[in-house]
Amino acid sequence: MSETQSNSRQVILDRLKGCVVDAPELPTIDPARVVQFDDRLQQFQETLASVGGEAHLVDTPSEIHEKLQAIEVFQSARRIASTVPEAVTATVDLATIDDPHALSTLDWTIVRGEFGVAENGAIWIDGKTLPHRVMIFIAQYLAIVISRSDLLNNMHEAYARIGAPGPGFGVFVSGPSKTADIEQSLVLGAHGCRKLQVFLLP
Amino acid sequence: MTSLTSTLPIVDHPNAAREFVTNEPRSHWHDDSLWFVRSKRDKQAQSIPEWEYLREQASTIKTHTIAKLPEYLQQFEANATRLGAVVHWAADAEEHNRIVLDLLRRNDTLRIVKSKSMLTEECGLNEYLIESGIEVVDTDLGERIVQLRGETPSHIVLPAIHIKKEEVGDTFHEHLGTRAGESDPQVLTEAARGHLRGKFLSGEVGITGVNFAIADTGGLVVCTNEGNADLGVSLPRIHIACMGIEKLVPRFQDLSVFTRLLARSATGQPITSYTSHFHGPRDENSELHIVLVDNGRSKIRDSKTFRDSLHCIRCGACMNTCPVYRRSGGHSYRATVPGPIGSVLGPAKNAKAHKSLPFACSLCGSCTDVCPVKIPLHHQLLAWRKVLVGKRLVAWNKRMAMKAASFLFRNPPLFAAAGYLGRVALKVLPKSLAHNRFNTWAKDRDLPEPPKKSFHEWYAKNRPSGSQTVSREEQS
Repeated sequence: MSETQSNSRQVILDRLKGCVVDAPELPTIDPARVVQFDDRLQQFQETLASVGGEAHLVDTPSEIHEKLQAIEVFQSARRIASTVPEAVTATVDLATIDDPHALSTLDWTIVRGEFGVAENGAIWIDGKTLPHRVMIFIAQYLAIVISRSDLLNNMHEAYARIGAPGPGFGVFVSGPSKTADIEQSLVLGAHGCRKLQVFLLP
Repeated sequence: MTSLTSTLPIVDHPNAAREFVTNEPRSHWHDDSLWFVRSKRDKQAQSIPEWEYLREQASTIKTHTIAKLPEYLQQFEANATRLGAVVHWAADAEEHNRIVLDLLRRNDTLRIVKSKSMLTEECGLNEYLIESGIEVVDTDLGERIVQLRGETPSHIVLPAIHIKKEEVGDTFHEHLGTRAGESDPQVLTEAARGHLRGKFLSGEVGITGVNFAIADTGGLVVCTNEGNADLGVSLPRIHIACMGIEKLVPRFQDLSVFTRLLARSATGQPITSYTSHFHGPRDENSELHIVLVDNGRSKIRDSKTFRDSLHCIRCGACMNTCPVYRRSGGHSYRATVPGPIGSVLGPAKNAKAHKSLPFACSLCGSCTDVCPVKIPLHHQLLAWRKVLVGKRLVAWNKRMAMKAASFLFRNPPLFAAAGYLGRVALKVLPKSLAHNRFNTWAKDRDLPEPPKKSFHEWYAKNRPSGSQTVSREEQS
């Protein structure tokens, strides 16, 4: 670090410390005051649909494969990355790839999500489960597999469940990539996945 | 303050807005577009019973954080460094830009991909890097549109809200080779997707803004709908994240409050499509640089009156609801952050240059009502007016008029006489005396019908006989 930089650090901190401000106590969220749902599964499915995702209830991993086979753009997919081998066999061996740029032509990515959030249709994906972070963003289509028993009510429960994050990456994915930057017209598939399939196992 | 800001031209909002407001169909179209977003926000806010509770929590967390900012900044720095990130400190825009350019030069970078960051807009990073020979590609669709058109964003969340799809079509025809006359948003977005894929793949460094930085973990959160920030930083080896020092939250769990409020307030979505949490660089071969920027924020923190404006999470809800913003367009503010919050932050940066902005407000208070972190925006705008009058930055005719009014109101006989004269003048003097080209106030405004008598006279005749003052019962 150069000398001027460390100097600015001191200047900024001195300036801030020069003005002592009384602080209120940090609040604690009262779980009784935040939204809960009688049927988290139904709420999750509805919210996911409203943000452009598609939910599928399945009982076995092989059923995931059947459902995907019914999707035309999956049938024609050539490059598939998967971290859920019991559902989908990968055609791209992630272990042999060093440079994430090599994933630029991915058609499909199938990954596991840790849990879903009923209030906003978001799914938490832990970066540790991804050999390459970019695989969930660069693929044309994305499918996430979660368990129906891992549905939470709201974001307060979600962050409590994550606990203390270690080094690395994690992302809430809520629906496919989208934009409304041209005259507020919603278009799915801005830069990331064009569509998002979510498979809910028991 | 840098020389850049001290030489800023003085913004006269009424003049700057003239072109936009005189194009009536366009002004109405713009108004309707933003009201549509505001309505979506209302629907989302109303879907959560604890909305007001959340706003209170968010406001308290921010008040606490800004008060203890030096402690939290140091805690954040220590934790981020422990995770392997490199933390840089920039006192102003110029230093921020220099730090970023140094990092790029050190890595022989020629091409960078950027996701939306109002901070880098505020610092003028793009121009600075382009002048230094770096290719800068804004990857947010709206930002890419304004970049290709040589404009600046007119809104902090919806950068191209002022541009019509036909105009986007023309721009893409010129730069991306789409069919002439194409104006289908789906087709245009697809063209941008193809164009930007190439840019993502050739980007050597990814630059992002920061929505929230977490003191107790040293991590940061970036929210996008397009996934452009994630694509931009998951391919190259180096990620530079630029943030204002006010972006901190103390605890990881505090994110629950803000991720619930941000997208609902901004675009009426329950959450952004991607809410990415970065704790340290991607791997041992990668680098994460975090640039902490003051650029006037510590000065705002010194002010008891305006300190709360540092709570802002840049959702843009105050713009979407502001009747002045909706009708005059973001560019009329000539500021990186327009609308109500921009009219508070602008004068804090340079009171003279932005002196007209606190007056671009009807004090309706709608901004205060929708602000997810409860910044008392319209009170702050009123407070700014007082400061500007005190600094003699308000036009002399306005100041004189206020002085005269103050004198008049303190002299009841004079007030009564002036009232009488006014009623007579309205009756007998020609309209052209007020409505001429020298009086811009009279444009689109008419003088009132003169009342037959003053309120005093009316009251003297109509008050209940025998009672000199209004009794308690009558008041309640």
